[in-house]
Amino acid sequence: MLVHISNWIIPLIILTVLLYGTYKRVPTYETFVEGGKEGVKMAVSLLPFLLGMIVSISIFRASGALDAFVNLIDPVLSIFNIPSEIVPLAITRPISGTASLSIATDLIKTEGPDSFIGQLASTMQGSTDTTLYVLTVYFGAVGIRKMGDALKVGLLADFVGIIASLVVCYLIFGS
Amino acid sequence: MVNIIWVALAAIGIIYAFFNGTIEEVNEVIFSSAQDAVALTISLVSVLVFWLGLMRIAEKAGLLEKLAHLFKPVFTRLFPEIPANHPAMGYILSNFSANLFGLGNAATPLGIKAMHEMKKLNNDSDVASRSMITFLALNTSSVTLVPTTIIAIRMQYDSMAPTEIVSSTIIATLISTIGAIMIDRYFYYRRQRRLI
Repeated sequence: MLVHISNWIIPLIILTVLLYGTYKRVPTYETFVEGGKEGVKMAVSLLPFLLGMIVSISIFRASGALDAFVNLIDPVLSIFNIPSEIVPLAITRPISGTASLSIATDLIKTEGPDSFIGQLASTMQGSTDTTLYVLTVYFGAVGIRKMGDALKVGLLADFVGIIASLVVCYLIFGS
Repeated sequence: MVNIIWVALAAIGIIYAFFNGTIEEVNEVIFSSAQDAVALTISLVSVLVFWLGLMRIAEKAGLLEKLAHLFKPVFTRLFPEIPANHPAMGYILSNFSANLFGLGNAATPLGIKAMHEMKKLNNDSDVASRSMITFLALNTSSVTLVPTTIIAIRMQYDSMAPTEIVSSTIIATLISTIGAIMIDRYFYYRRQRRLI
């Protein structure tokens, strides 16, 4: 059922935006092109970040170090029914956006996008943001020195998000 | 932090390969993965161009403000220290709507403006106020309707159903956002008790 809803969300958003834009007399096509140019810039500026991180992670995986790490933690996690392959992603998600995106990409590539790990990695990457980045940018920009409970709240929220991704994926996709 | 992660992954990998006898695999992957990254970025272009183009129409048509208006009653409760018609509230709402549509680049400057306004409300102190912590909690759990980048990556690796993760992502993001708000409230009341 939910998979069907997933298929409808994007087309419905597109339809709403196009019809509402036309109704409000926005020059839709020209506006689309103008906004699209930003997408090209964004993808190009993302390239060095992604490339650097992906090479680093691929070295880590190819050397066998990643498998060694996963095997090390597997006995503990299998008690809770948590796939240990996902742990590197869960650890890096709050710390670095590009690192976690690269790890998610690596998992989707090696395990397959439609495997359970692939679906879980996709959900985990999409459902939370990089706490450390958000904190640095927003507090840094306005000169807040005493963060109070912000870091604790952010990291605990990430933890909730990671558990939520796991539970939701088990319920929707099974294993 | 990102520097440490980056170096550690590569360095540990190379040293481990030395003992594990996998240096050949490592050599091969250095160049093939760089090539993969380029191919991946090119596949990202397609989705990013389409989505950002579409969202520019939504922005111009005033859909973001419409959405902000819809969420206003919830947000006045979430931020009891900010008067409903204060500019801070406006920026918080537009930041939220931009995030909802996956417009990270548009959301960040709006968020910074919201922080400036909240700092003014807090007598320009350099200590994070209650509203600021709530705002950051909301932002780190990021409510997104369409995870565009992930969909593009799934397409690149031949997914049969690249968008099937949309519903799981929305549910997970909702739970993490509600969790963030509850954790934020818990810490706020704990601070209050300490003051008394």
